[in-house]
Amino acid sequence: MAKQYEFSSKGLPYLLVLPQMAIVLVFFFWPSAQALWQSFFVQDAFGLRSIFVGFDNYLKLFRDPEYWDSFGVSAAFAVTVALSSMGIALFLAAQANKKIRGAGFYKTMLTWPYAVATMVAGVLWLFMFNPNVGVVAWFLDKTFGLEWNHLLDSTHAFLLITVAASWKQIAYNFVFFLAGLQSVPATLVEAAAIDGAGSFTRFWRIIFPMLSPTTFYLLVMNLVYGFFETFPIVHQVTGGGPGKATSILIYKVWRDGVVNLELGSSAAQSVVLMILVIGLTVLQFRFIERKVTY
Amino acid sequence: MTEHSRLRRFMTHFWLALAIVIIVFPIYLVFVASTHTSQEILSAPMPVTPGPHLLENYARALGEGAENLGASALTMMKNSFIMALGIAVGKIVISLLAAYAIVFFKFPFRSFFFWSIFVTLMLPVEVRIMPTYKVVSDLGLTNSYLGLILPMVVSATAVFLFRQFFMTVPREIAEASQIDGAGPMAFFGEILVPMTRTPIAAMFVIQFIYGWNQYLWPLLITTKQKYYTLLIGINRMLSGADVQIEWEIVMATTLLAMIPPILVVVLMQKQFVKGMTDTEK
Amino acid sequence: MKTRNAWVLALVALAMVAMSCAPKPPEPASIEFWHAMTGKNGEAVQKICDDFNASQDVYTVTPVYKGSYVDTMNAGIAAFRAGQAPAIIQVYEVGTATMMAAKGAVKPVHVLMKEMKEKFDPKAYIPTITGYYSTSKGEMISIPFNSSTAVMYYNKEAFAKAGLDPEKAPATWPELFDAARKIKAAGYEAGFTTNWISWIQLENFSAWHDVPFGTLSNGFDGLEAELKINADLQVKHLTNLYDLSKEGVFKYGGRENKANPLFTGGVVGIHFESIGGYGNMKANCKFPFGVARLPYYPDVANAPQNSIIGGASLWVFEGKTEPEYKATAKFFTYLSSAEVQAFWHKTTGYLPITIAAYELTKGEGYYTENPGLEVAIQQLLNKAPTANSMGIRFGYMPQIRELEDQTWEDILADKIDVKAGLDKIVAEGNIKLRDFERLNK
Repeated sequence: MAKQYEFSSKGLPYLLVLPQMAIVLVFFFWPSAQALWQSFFVQDAFGLRSIFVGFDNYLKLFRDPEYWDSFGVSAAFAVTVALSSMGIALFLAAQANKKIRGAGFYKTMLTWPYAVATMVAGVLWLFMFNPNVGVVAWFLDKTFGLEWNHLLDSTHAFLLITVAASWKQIAYNFVFFLAGLQSVPATLVEAAAIDGAGSFTRFWRIIFPMLSPTTFYLLVMNLVYGFFETFPIVHQVTGGGPGKATSILIYKVWRDGVVNLELGSSAAQSVVLMILVIGLTVLQFRFIERKVTY
Repeated sequence: MTEHSRLRRFMTHFWLALAIVIIVFPIYLVFVASTHTSQEILSAPMPVTPGPHLLENYARALGEGAENLGASALTMMKNSFIMALGIAVGKIVISLLAAYAIVFFKFPFRSFFFWSIFVTLMLPVEVRIMPTYKVVSDLGLTNSYLGLILPMVVSATAVFLFRQFFMTVPREIAEASQIDGAGPMAFFGEILVPMTRTPIAAMFVIQFIYGWNQYLWPLLITTKQKYYTLLIGINRMLSGADVQIEWEIVMATTLLAMIPPILVVVLMQKQFVKGMTDTEK
Repeated sequence: MKTRNAWVLALVALAMVAMSCAPKPPEPASIEFWHAMTGKNGEAVQKICDDFNASQDVYTVTPVYKGSYVDTMNAGIAAFRAGQAPAIIQVYEVGTATMMAAKGAVKPVHVLMKEMKEKFDPKAYIPTITGYYSTSKGEMISIPFNSSTAVMYYNKEAFAKAGLDPEKAPATWPELFDAARKIKAAGYEAGFTTNWISWIQLENFSAWHDVPFGTLSNGFDGLEAELKINADLQVKHLTNLYDLSKEGVFKYGGRENKANPLFTGGVVGIHFESIGGYGNMKANCKFPFGVARLPYYPDVANAPQNSIIGGASLWVFEGKTEPEYKATAKFFTYLSSAEVQAFWHKTTGYLPITIAAYELTKGEGYYTENPGLEVAIQQLLNKAPTANSMGIRFGYMPQIRELEDQTWEDILADKIDVKAGLDKIVAEGNIKLRDFERLNK
């Protein structure tokens, strides 16, 4: 980075960062500190009684096999969503990057779903697959005799939220992969073609490695999406059920805090998730510092 | 043209078309449902071609809203706009200021400020939802636009993007403006911000969509109909106990909730793509 | 200076004596009433408050809609913690134990009425309804507001097709299972379904058969109570439902009230749902339907006993001023009057809370047009409530209900058998109850 020209002013820079810092402090650090503090107490909803319990809330969580199940479900969900939406997006980006008629139209059509809210994605897929009224559920039953019932079948439920979450995320990944592909020098690809490499080999041996920074970046962003930003889908589509089959961590924090009013446990869960996010941020940071290249 | 390459070309079109069908189909169904009556939607199988109630349903959604909701789609759309604009503009303004300070000034604690902002990069509000809710309700900001907007306004992403851009600004420009006797704020307002038009536009698209699509946060803090956003309205229509779900209104409202952000993406596609991919750099 | 001070003091003292002798005019007050009622129910709340405000000129009650039950309760809790609680808040039935345990936050209604010297006769109320919100000594803690109970809905067309008498609903579970099989045989996808597996098939089911849902009068007598739903009768009932689901006669439709479309869409012929959903059924069923009492197992000694309620009640927060409490007490008296209750009952479909209101409505001939509503009231009045049928009062009730929903889904998916599932609910539910006890002792 080139040496930047610097103004000299005593008060001004502080004034400039003040709004940003004020909000960071009030809405990030203060709540985070409170979560940490609260996680060492059990408290009734009204704040009339609170008992210091040390690490009890954490120990309870870690001893609860269902918390680990929830961890497992979240990880499986996040990884499946990340891999399937990235895989499909990469494939589509490779197709759309070819010189074909209507490429512009295809690109637009594959980009705009980014604007659809996660919550709306949940409503759409629930509407199609609702075992009581959904038209696709009805069609599956009548045509293939497949009785779709995500209210009872945990595989169906998991599949449904995965498909809905991936469906929404494809556009995001598509935009990045397409940009990545467009920056691959055409001469490199042509040179490989002259060497007689088939299109499949060409793609995996030459183009894909060029995309590795993008892929890595997307992987982290997609994991964050799968872990934390898919709350609306679970909230709309399955409510964590059947049983606890789709009760992902972020849904459980909300449920225990807002509906069940177990503030201590919910705070402890928040702290665990914050540590997880910080882990992912560090990973991402290492990437920002020195880009992954092969 | 060989038979083989023709087939290949066909397959390319086929896959892309298939993907588009899969992406569009759910939205088409929503449109179809929004043109029928609730009874028709609920009798399996639901019709898959548009019905005759389009105008009636949309007029009702926009006018009075669903019977048990108490908020019209028009009001909710206004709220969604205020929230989305507030978040997008707020983020851009405070991030521009912070990035300007970090890049163009040397001052004690500069890296402390930078890192404080940096750690918020990926911490979604969902993770610290309960404590944030408590802070906002302690401040008396539940059921207010300020409460909807402020906690969402922090953006490490925007600070990064602007910082990135500012670092490419040739130092001669800043020096020249100093020599001309312009103060730092004049340089910022008259030269730097106009130069940053493109990244600002890109950020605006991304953050507008981010703001428009907020769900969990408004769900917690808007309990008065006056402040419902479209997504909250849809949720409330779907989750009322002891009341009937008016599917045709839900579906009309869902479609209305999708249109503005989609328009923004389609109309500003170039800026949007640029803004997105620049966040990666 | 000194003499002047003395004069002032004397005057003030005199004035105070004079004021305390003269009949004191009531001090005006205006209070907020936070509620969770939307649509026509919300309009009815508004009308009741408007009418109360117009009926006198001292007090004003302002209804404020605060979102769903969960939202309203959270808003109330947050406001209390911030020292800005409303005078009155509507809390759903599963929040009862939490509110009751919040000593220092909540002013019991019987205390309020006594302190404000408001005429108040607990006997005027329907015992099964007020019992849910009273101590085991019969002291009313909150005022029941919107109350409902579980009933059976049946499709008369389906009954006719299946060769059953459309005017005679099955009275016992064995009869119902039979009828359900015939309905399936007549071409329906399944015979019956149910909403609210926990509230209807466990809580109401236990009360209706006069068997305990938990110990210590279902939690009314103390925080040490434990769950008891793994007893023979509940195991038998859920085993029957499970077997019938494998037979395709019972169809699970989801948690809460998600099963409604199965009935209104004609997929099944019989459904269990709150009487609060009566309006929904009337609006969405394209076929004639009947409302009947819950079935029972004839070999159970005291069955049928009485069903229990669901819905919400009105709570009063501590820390308000005397005029505000006066206003609250006056409003509660107004709310409990037969006319207001009859209006509420007829507009919303929720049950009236006093016997006078029921008789007033009956006298108007309202039930000949809406027989379903009377079925529900009679089911509540069937017998004087026992320790098993007063209601349910457990802390962390939302978690216990969720546990029941989750385990029931696991049972249907063959992940656990019925007995083991109910044992699991009891074991895990008791842990929650102990947590609640520790916190609220």
